[in-house]
Amino acid sequence: MRMRGLRLILAVFLLAFALPALAVQPDEVLKDPALEARARALSEIVRCPVCQGENIDDSNAGIARDLRLLIRERLMKGDSDDEVIAYLTDRYGDFILFRPRVSGPNLILWGAGPVLLLVALLGAFLYIRRRSSAGPPAVEAPLTREEQERLEALTSAPPME
Amino acid sequence: MTELGHFSLSLALAIAILQATIPLIGAQTGRRRWMEFGTPLALAQFVAIAVSFAALTHAFITSDFSLRVVVQNSHSMKPMLYKIAGVWGNHEGSMLLWVLILAAFGAALALFGQGLPVALKARALAVQALIGVAFLAFILFTSNPFDRLAVPPFDGRDLNPLLQDPGLAFHPPFLYFGYVGLSMSYSFAIAALIGGRVDAAWARWVRPWTLAAWIFLTIGIAMGSWWAYYELGWGGFWFWDPVENASFMPWLLAAALLHSAIVVEKREALKSWTILLAILAFGFSLIGTFIVRSGVITSVHAFANDPERGVFILGILALLIGGGLTLFAIRAPGMQARGVFGVVSRESALIVNNILLAVAAFVVFIGTLWPLFAELAFNDKISVGAPFFDRAFTPFFVILALVLPFGAILPWKRGKLRTAARPLMGAAALAVALGALAFAMQTGRSALGPVGMALGAWLVLGAMTDLWLRAGRTPARLARLPRSDWGKAAAHAGLGIVIIGVSGVMAWTVEDIRTVKVGESFPLGQYEVTLDGVENGRGPNYSTRMATMTVREAGAVVAVLHPEKRFYPVQSMPTTEAAIQQGLFRDIYLTLGDHQDDGGWAVRSYVKPFTNWIWAGALLMGFGGLLSLSDRRLRIGAAARRVPAAQPAE
Repeated sequence: MRMRGLRLILAVFLLAFALPALAVQPDEVLKDPALEARARALSEIVRCPVCQGENIDDSNAGIARDLRLLIRERLMKGDSDDEVIAYLTDRYGDFILFRPRVSGPNLILWGAGPVLLLVALLGAFLYIRRRSSAGPPAVEAPLTREEQERLEALTSAPPME
Repeated sequence: MTELGHFSLSLALAIAILQATIPLIGAQTGRRRWMEFGTPLALAQFVAIAVSFAALTHAFITSDFSLRVVVQNSHSMKPMLYKIAGVWGNHEGSMLLWVLILAAFGAALALFGQGLPVALKARALAVQALIGVAFLAFILFTSNPFDRLAVPPFDGRDLNPLLQDPGLAFHPPFLYFGYVGLSMSYSFAIAALIGGRVDAAWARWVRPWTLAAWIFLTIGIAMGSWWAYYELGWGGFWFWDPVENASFMPWLLAAALLHSAIVVEKREALKSWTILLAILAFGFSLIGTFIVRSGVITSVHAFANDPERGVFILGILALLIGGGLTLFAIRAPGMQARGVFGVVSRESALIVNNILLAVAAFVVFIGTLWPLFAELAFNDKISVGAPFFDRAFTPFFVILALVLPFGAILPWKRGKLRTAARPLMGAAALAVALGALAFAMQTGRSALGPVGMALGAWLVLGAMTDLWLRAGRTPARLARLPRSDWGKAAAHAGLGIVIIGVSGVMAWTVEDIRTVKVGESFPLGQYEVTLDGVENGRGPNYSTRMATMTVREAGAVVAVLHPEKRFYPVQSMPTTEAAIQQGLFRDIYLTLGDHQDDGGWAVRSYVKPFTNWIWAGALLMGFGGLLSLSDRRLRIGAAARRVPAAQPAE
């Protein structure tokens, strides 16, 4: 940090400015674009452990930067994407993954939507079939007392010309 | 002033208790006077809460640091706009705004509901007041904004600088109008369940309120998304954050409710489903409030975490949702559908619409609450984030977009698939051609962009086809179509435009991260960006570092932009102010980072195609809703006059 020549107050601000870093920093970016793209894709599904619901790609936290560097380091060593994820979950648990695994209890999570859709479509089909073959209801809905009163008031009133 | 506000709030609670009981007893025992008493009570309740809200606003404007909320969320040097916005930029004040809007809807019903059956109106006002009682008690007992400090400090702690933004100043009120607007659908649903009667007239009454709430939600969500886009500094527009989901679920269900209420109104079918949706839509609003206010799910928005408040809201939730569903279970089987329709018909199409929207809402719901559930049930600590929702949610909207134009032109009662499909052939061919063109023009083989373009175009062209058919293929008749036809077409086309925007920006964003020295240039897509200089400056309650950057295309200057980094000393918090050059087909988005050791500056730059289509589409959807609403209002008067006579016929 270069503070020489600046007044003290500015130095305080500079220090404060310097505390949080922008998400991905220029010095983190890998030379190989393909590898860098894989690193970015991975860091989008990894949760920043100390933030509230941010992935490490967007996070300003120090640990997010460490994790981004770690992912790049593993990729440079030739790890596959799955190996990098396994490396991270071994240390931080599944909590660190924003995309839950499709296994165990999470099957309920992943399956809920499609299963519900099928059930709902089946139910709707049965309902529609019933409605398409049904005749009009045997009894018309009767008027409420209030409606009856209004109807009588209307019909007994002299015609408005 | 402050004591008056506090007193007035307590008074409002007392009035709300009366309003929740007297008209209801009147409706059950047939006492007209008692029923009609709901109207003045609703107006009085609104006035009392408005006085209370005005008192709190006054405290914020005059920086009355004897109030705890003012100390915690304001500062004497804060700009006036944010002093006022600070009223609802905190837990206590935002809950006060919540009940103010609730009472405003109640008062609106009291004023404009003259044509309603007296008993229905009395019951709806009573239910509305019951919600008011619950939330007024919540405010007075757990979150009183009028709490005093024994020793007032000299100055306040300021509002979170991220929230000091014009976009965010008006985002919460809009969202609250939407959330709370759904309370009207709920109140009508409960009133109808108590009264045991759901018919076309009922649906005609519920629809405008639901539509209004949905418009507010649409605009509110769009504002929040736009704020995130330019304020958070990396150009994201949607994060599937629990708090965003909390507003999205009611939006989805309100959209479903709008459509199913049409079926009740026109065809007297889907009655019990519509009632259920009305209960659930407001239920999800309450769940949203619970998620935001309790901090039960960690979220970037959690500025007011408090478990005790969470338990109180959970109690309200159990009362209103549980009570509503119980009543539904008892009364719904008695509701008889009357309309008869074929398998291929508008009715069936709207049922499919409802299924897709409801299931999509359910996916958002389970994804949002799953981490909590997995921890309680399986002791698994897991996370569910954007990668899940992108995969699990998107398919439902793809299907929805595919079937929508067909459904929109199917006739009521009974139609033929082939007859409906024929006029849409042109739209389909054009949409596929556009998708193919996008595929040919893009680098890479991603399907996201082309499919999004084709789907969006299909929706827009489908909406145009719909209008064309409604006008009997005669241009002269287009202008004479009812506004609801235009509203429907605008809203559907708006959805298409949103889809184009979302898929375009997700598929084709160009990003560049690098260190730049003053005077240096670098390429960004087809542009060249130069960092001309970086200067320090001061704002009213922050200090800033502002860069000057010139964007050129083929040597010609496209824009001179000033991305900033601000520092708010009171909260000791920096913010990134991106500089954006907006365009019809792309945004140029620049952010300034830290000073680097080699003397350069970290700079993140993006070209983001079709971004503005997202918000333009959302606005168009809201505008479509407004058009439809303005049409409905005319029809309500007509409907109310027709109701008694129209009843025995069909």
